[in-house]
Amino acid sequence: MSALKKMRKTYKLRGGIHPPENKTQSLQSPIDVLPVMGEIVLPLGMHIGAPAEAIVEVGQTVLKGEMIAKPKGFVSTAIHASTSGTVKAIEHRPIIHASGMTAPCIVIEPDGKDQWTTLTPILNYRQSEKNDLLEHINNSGIAGMGGAGFPSRVKLATDKTIEQLIINGTECEPYITADDILMQERAAEIVEGIEILQHLVNPQETLIGVEDNKPEAINALQAATQGKNIEVVVFPTKYPSGGEKQLIQILTGKEVKSGGLPADVGVVCQNIGSTYAIFRAVKHGEPLISRITTLTGEALTTKKNVEVRLGTSVQQLLDFAGFHASRANRVIAGGPMMGFSIPSLDAPVVKTTNCLLAPESNELPLPPEAQPCIRCGMCSEACPVSLLPQQLYWFAQAKDQEGLKKHHLMDCIECGACSYVCPSNIPLVQYYRASKADIRQTAEDQKKADYAKTRYEARLARIEKEEAEKEAKKQARLKKAAAATTAKEKSEVKAAVERTKAAPAEATDDPVAAAIARAKAKADASPLDKAKDNVASLEKRLKKAQAKLDAAKANNDENLAAFESSLTKLQDKLTTAKAELEKLQGEAPKATPEINTDDPVAAAIARAQASRADGESLSPEDKLNKDIESLTKRIKATETKVAAAKENGDEKAEILESSLTKMQDKLTTAQNELAKLQPAKEAPQAAPAVDENDPVAAAIARAQAKRSGDEALSPEDKLKKDIDGLNKRINATQEKVATAKENGDDKAEILESSLNKMQDKLKAAEAELAKLQPATEKTEDAAATQSHDPNDPVAAAIARAQAKREQSSDLSPEEKREKDIAHLEKRIKLTEEKLSEAKDAGDDKAEILESSLEKLKTKLADLAAAED
Amino acid sequence: MIEFLTENALLAALIALGGLALVFGGILGFASVKFKVEGNPIVDQINDLLPQTQCGQCGFPGCKPYAEAIADGEEINRCPPGGEATIQHLADLLDVEVKPLDAEEKVPSVAFIREAECIGCTKCIQACPVDAILGAAKQMHTVIGSECTGCDLCTDPCPVDCIDMVPIETTMQTWHWDLPKTPAQSQLIATDRKGEVA
Amino acid sequence: MIQDLSFLFISAVLVNNFVLVQFLGLCPFMGVSGKLETAIGMSAATTFVLTLASVCSYLTNTFILAPLGLEYLQTISFILVIAVVVQFTEMVVHKTSPLLHKVLGVFLPLITTNCAVLGVALLNINKEHNFVESLIFGFGAAAGFSLVLVLFAAMRERLAVADVPKSFQGAAISMVTAGLMSLAFMGFSGLVQL
Repeated sequence: MSALKKMRKTYKLRGGIHPPENKTQSLQSPIDVLPVMGEIVLPLGMHIGAPAEAIVEVGQTVLKGEMIAKPKGFVSTAIHASTSGTVKAIEHRPIIHASGMTAPCIVIEPDGKDQWTTLTPILNYRQSEKNDLLEHINNSGIAGMGGAGFPSRVKLATDKTIEQLIINGTECEPYITADDILMQERAAEIVEGIEILQHLVNPQETLIGVEDNKPEAINALQAATQGKNIEVVVFPTKYPSGGEKQLIQILTGKEVKSGGLPADVGVVCQNIGSTYAIFRAVKHGEPLISRITTLTGEALTTKKNVEVRLGTSVQQLLDFAGFHASRANRVIAGGPMMGFSIPSLDAPVVKTTNCLLAPESNELPLPPEAQPCIRCGMCSEACPVSLLPQQLYWFAQAKDQEGLKKHHLMDCIECGACSYVCPSNIPLVQYYRASKADIRQTAEDQKKADYAKTRYEARLARIEKEEAEKEAKKQARLKKAAAATTAKEKSEVKAAVERTKAAPAEATDDPVAAAIARAKAKADASPLDKAKDNVASLEKRLKKAQAKLDAAKANNDENLAAFESSLTKLQDKLTTAKAELEKLQGEAPKATPEINTDDPVAAAIARAQASRADGESLSPEDKLNKDIESLTKRIKATETKVAAAKENGDEKAEILESSLTKMQDKLTTAQNELAKLQPAKEAPQAAPAVDENDPVAAAIARAQAKRSGDEALSPEDKLKKDIDGLNKRINATQEKVATAKENGDDKAEILESSLNKMQDKLKAAEAELAKLQPATEKTEDAAATQSHDPNDPVAAAIARAQAKREQSSDLSPEEKREKDIAHLEKRIKLTEEKLSEAKDAGDDKAEILESSLEKLKTKLADLAAAED
Repeated sequence: MIEFLTENALLAALIALGGLALVFGGILGFASVKFKVEGNPIVDQINDLLPQTQCGQCGFPGCKPYAEAIADGEEINRCPPGGEATIQHLADLLDVEVKPLDAEEKVPSVAFIREAECIGCTKCIQACPVDAILGAAKQMHTVIGSECTGCDLCTDPCPVDCIDMVPIETTMQTWHWDLPKTPAQSQLIATDRKGEVA
Repeated sequence: MIQDLSFLFISAVLVNNFVLVQFLGLCPFMGVSGKLETAIGMSAATTFVLTLASVCSYLTNTFILAPLGLEYLQTISFILVIAVVVQFTEMVVHKTSPLLHKVLGVFLPLITTNCAVLGVALLNINKEHNFVESLIFGFGAAAGFSLVLVLFAAMRERLAVADVPKSFQGAAISMVTAGLMSLAFMGFSGLVQL
């Protein structure tokens, strides 16, 4: 039977080495169960995964086997007091770790009684739920005892179909015999543990893999597994057969894929020590509080396996074995291949401490200094996972993570076979460990960076949203204000209409509105209506366009030019529409008087219109009027353009200004001509008023006279306004000249000449005003002279509208301030740019610019303060 | 036609080359319309290599703007948080020479607010590019350590200087083996050894 | 016929390898061989361009230049043809594979001035190849170029992390390697006799 079992085909491990085994030294005596020695120090992170969470407090009395730290998360396991006593401290203590760092530990002062807590064995485990059993195992603190310390529960809690349950009794590393002696002495218990595992994972077959250098263990196991569904598989000794994936390959021929788990190929692997611990936990209820540790090495007097309480200090254990500190060159935790030097002997024994090796210098000499790689390729022959260690070495030196990954560094099991065979004594494994850590670190950093990126982007989105909301609010406010203005205007128009209806004679406030009103009175005249509608809608559109243009200017929009051109077009359209309207209005009365004579009011209107039409037939004057109107409009448009251009520091400003001057000249000539013409007009205008006996007509005439009286004031007003405007412009120009001079600009001269011109104009205007003022007084007294008024009603209306608009814009000082601030900010930006340019160019303008920048900034600050 | 052209060699040459040029121009014109490429994917690639601390130490307001600037020819060595590794990656991506970092490489650290001294001005909250600082006006602020990128942008705005940059300590979890020191003998060529041979 | 063509192909790939035997196209050979991926991309692009350019230039010569007795315009019109093919390839690559475009970088437009391309076109005329021969010769030359480029890139990838003495680092060791490769390719001479 057993012979048959031995016949089972095993697969050959690729690569591998045959280091001296040195196992016999520690197998001379049976396991020595040690009593508690000194204080117990239990690190919270004895296993792989999240450290356990302490559930005891300092000063608390604990019993042997009592849980003192509970698992935190899935990949974590519990920790138990390995003897009864008092919790002395929970503090950082040195532990067995290559870094030599300290870690949080629970320190127990033993009371010497070594008194067990109440144990809860699961005697009839076959009846219990799988999950309960797993929970019990995890609460018993069982983690892989082969070296890594992976919580056993995680491996066993697989829901995949398991073909093979493999118990790892290989123990391939030299010197270590802990599993060997356990198998020899406690085979029956191990087999019972295997049966528990079988119950848990329900495998098709169960294999115990043992190397052929442990004949006694093999015999003991074969005896214990008689008649059971457990097979002891013996295979040739070779390092590192004991690696999980290697053992699976040897026993089943299955290869666990890179990055995969044994469960992926239907295999669960457990260590002998862990199996024994599971048996203790289930059958006796004893948690993992002690383990078998091999004490060996030439620096120890007695080399043997001991069952030691977890938490016993390494120093005391070594002292027990007769440690000659002077003879040992170091103390190694684990074996000579994969172990590492213990930085502090105060560190305690933990669940993964399978061996303490204290070699003499001649036994395990420190590695000699590394020699250059000669590319002999021995490492790649020794590698059990078919890597190219020599190539990895180069990549590791060059820190070429891509190359390392491409050459599958992450599959390295760090067995040390390559370092062992290296004729140049290159510490290859150390390179791989460091590089692996680097790669993990990079991945971690990348993850963090991605996270930061998403957070940053989220923040940007949030800020954008906030700003959009703010902007929307602002827009809403503006719209509200605009709506209020239009409503006001509308109501005014309405009022005018009503007034006209009630007493058409008085409806002379706004000629356009009056015209509309007049037209409204005569609803049948549809072409007229259309024209009016046209004018109204055009006006609305114009207003909108103006608002848009303003907004665009404020935002320094690129579409500014487009807006302006569309505005101009609209203005042109409006002009033509108005002309048409006027023409229509002229025609309308001619056709209607006979029809409407019933209605005295209508008749009056008709007559008045007729008279007006007569006046209009005097086309030179009318033309002039129209000309003047369009000129004023164009001037205004140009002025806004100039202002915009100035704001943007555009060079076009000058050209525009010159054209503006030309236009103003034209306007003046047109006005002069008109003035010349008007005396001629006087007669026909006066005539209807005199001729008509109609009281209504008389009223109209009176009203007209009155209006003229009002308007008589206007030449003076106009001049005053002109003067004001000129003053303003002069001031602006002066400022500009100053800045231009500061910048050493050659524009300065041009500006100065224009300034001079303006000043001349101002003087002329002032002189005229002075002349006019006495004349006006006279005019006021004599209504008859009114017809001398050179002022055109349309122009007056425009002036009034302007005044109104100014008033309405004055209504919102907040907005104005905002605009100012925006403007200032723009200027500051511009200046800053200029400054940086100047600085780059090493220009001496820089200082001047800086001072002006400061001035601007203080202004801005003042404004902002005012806002607050 | 052909005879005429063979007789007028100059004309033939002109027509042949001109015709070829015309045809090829047509092909290329068609291709440039057909295979038009929009966008600049290189910016995203660069951005992915940057450490996304959004610290602005490069002189640009965030990693994306710097990525755009690099794509436009800015130096690749302006990112202190990324360090030499980032420069190396950027150099690989853009196929340019590796340059030494234009600043001192910083120890990775996180901001820490001495909470007793914090006056609750929220200035640091506004400065933080990744929203890692928690607090409200006139309330104590604190840094969410796991979110902090260590960009150092919050320290300057703090009016009471209560923000420290604390280096991240190595823990058991983050500790790892160092690369072994390359011993002198592993340099095959004697003159390559530094300091060993005079 | 088939045998002749296969000989022509083998000759173009190995015996008269454009890079290592005729020393044409050394610029991309040294410039784009730093990384294997880049080298493969460059190989693909060059293969495409070379084959196409060889055919196009043959057509241009046979149907436009030769009938008109304008053989003296060969060089300039071939350059025109090559430039167009390269530009076209670049546009297509840019559209279809931005990464490859990035990887090839400046070297893709530089195929225009890759003397191997012009060399193939002119050799086709010199050796009086017919259309099929031109095609095979162009493709063979490109395959040879690709072969050595990829081989060389693989070597340089290893060299990049190797412990090269300081005085040999960088271009020097690349040149040495290229020289050794060239010596190795001399071994192919006499493989086929055309």
